[in-house]
Amino acid sequence: MSLAAATSDPAAASQPPLVEISDLTVHFRTPTRQVHAVNGVDLSLERGEVLTILGESGSGKSVTLRTLMRLLPERRSQISGRVSVDGQDVLAMSQRQLTRFRGRTASMIFQEPMLAFDPVYTIGEQIAETVCRHEGVSRREGLARALELFELVRIPSAQRRLANYPHELSGGMSQRAMIALALSCRPKLLLADEPTTALDATVQIQILLLLRDLQRELGMSVIFVTHDMGVANEISDRIAVMYAGRIVESGRVEELIGAPQHPYTQGLMASRASGAQRGQRLEAIPGAPPDLAELPQGCAFAPRCPQASDECLAAVPAARGLSDIHWAACCRLPA
Amino acid sequence: MPIYFLKRVLYVIPIALAVSFFCFSLVHLSPGDPMDAVVSPDAPSEVVAMVQRAYGFDRPLPEQYGRWVLRAVQGDLGLSAANGRAVTAEVFSALKNTLLLAFAASLIGFTLGCVFGTLAGYFQGSLLDRLVTGIAVGGVSVPHYWLGMLLVIIFSVELNWLPSSGAGPGSSSDWNVEWAYLRHLILPAVTLSVIPMGVVTRTVRAMVADILAHEFVEALRAKGLAERQVFRHVVKNVAPTALAVMGLQLGYLLGGSILVETVFSWPGTGLLLNNAIFQRDLPILQGTILVLALFFVMLNLIVDLAQARLDPRIQRG
Repeated sequence: MSLAAATSDPAAASQPPLVEISDLTVHFRTPTRQVHAVNGVDLSLERGEVLTILGESGSGKSVTLRTLMRLLPERRSQISGRVSVDGQDVLAMSQRQLTRFRGRTASMIFQEPMLAFDPVYTIGEQIAETVCRHEGVSRREGLARALELFELVRIPSAQRRLANYPHELSGGMSQRAMIALALSCRPKLLLADEPTTALDATVQIQILLLLRDLQRELGMSVIFVTHDMGVANEISDRIAVMYAGRIVESGRVEELIGAPQHPYTQGLMASRASGAQRGQRLEAIPGAPPDLAELPQGCAFAPRCPQASDECLAAVPAARGLSDIHWAACCRLPA
Repeated sequence: MPIYFLKRVLYVIPIALAVSFFCFSLVHLSPGDPMDAVVSPDAPSEVVAMVQRAYGFDRPLPEQYGRWVLRAVQGDLGLSAANGRAVTAEVFSALKNTLLLAFAASLIGFTLGCVFGTLAGYFQGSLLDRLVTGIAVGGVSVPHYWLGMLLVIIFSVELNWLPSSGAGPGSSSDWNVEWAYLRHLILPAVTLSVIPMGVVTRTVRAMVADILAHEFVEALRAKGLAERQVFRHVVKNVAPTALAVMGLQLGYLLGGSILVETVFSWPGTGLLLNNAIFQRDLPILQGTILVLALFFVMLNLIVDLAQARLDPRIQRG
């Protein structure tokens, strides 16, 4: 759990990273304004590694995730930078290449499993459809694969469940089905967009454990997006904290949770319910995230930061290395 | 599933009875004496009484209703007060023409409506969307008798391309699939298609736009489906609603073609009703309304059953 699979596995270490994002910016155009959702993100992911992007809503974490599969509406979004997955340049792909890449090299699970299935097809049909699409097998073979997958994600009475429509499954069950769908073509990269947020607490833990087991079993790389520090701690090798479209701190789980360096990460840690005493007020970060249409010139967190100085307002702080992997973008830290 | 079907089919019986009751009451509540159509105003009172007895108009209304329903169930809707011919035969020969017109109009209206609606839904907010929405609003707003007359002026009077009235050459009302007959169908069908076109366009546009905003569409793209395959999912989601609207529209076309049939002298139920109203021909009036209303009920039944087959979420209790 503590070490990234890639750094502990000598064979994988010699390979280039599975995902490389450099200087990614994503802007959304609306008739009246321009929203700066992602502002210069650099990120890489080793093979077999689990990375969590941690941040509150509007921090750009989901947008970053969607960019990896180019799922953002093309007409309204402006993407620049470089995104490569398994040696392929995602931003340069044609529509044809893109449909072959999605669901096969990389696949995604969604926040609301109930809404992520088409309500008028059975679950089995929807999984079989993906398998048929990517592997050119018959519908019958696709359904047979769906059954195997249902057993893999531990859905009881799998055969019967395949014939169910999405509205006939519970939340936890449909998230298992969603995971089965995402794994149907053995992707190298699994993208998970808050997959446990919409579920009950007990079901959340089951889904997290399942994902962790499957990741180890299949050796795939996972990028996990969440706002929940407990979830991040549970599942990841490495955490990247995002704020206002930038990564402000990144490091191995035990480094980042044990000794957070960026004031925003420290604030997040302090505001957790699990660390607080009964009867004590929870410590919240004062203020609200900035308007993404009008970002401040310097550090975006400065207006809410208890330690902000003039230097913070002048320019966006550069990353300061704290160990070989751990770094934070804060002026206060020694360069 | 079979239980839902059976229940839905059995519901038709009370609905049909209620419909027949309303047909009967409405016709008898409207002003005017049915006897005016049969006997001249200066006929001696014994003759009037005799004719009244012959038609059963002298009995109390509940009894008249009971006899009428009993005979109607056996396919006998009585005799026309104006010309003494069997109402059932009159209504069904007219219904054939009306159905032909309604189906032709639906085919045009639904095809255009689906194409326009899908385009507008996919390119919501674009120039194309605004153009199509404009056409749709125009379609439902334009009075179609006026549009009918306009088309007659343009294509019959000015250009002399298409005939302005009738269902075929001469006074023939027996229809054939021949150009000589087909050209008579074009103007009334186009005129009648404008309303369903507008309604279907607006419904399909709203549904497509709504479905495309659902998360599952993004999920379908995320699993690598091509746009063509995503479109198939969208169609299956839109279909139940579109189908319901189309069924209702087809029903409205059956009853709502009175004005268009009158403008084009199309020998259908609309023209039959129109003439029956002016002649105070009660048996024809009752019979035609009943048949049209029952047709509407059956249409709704078919739509409901088809919807239940397409959308698994519709209760099958």
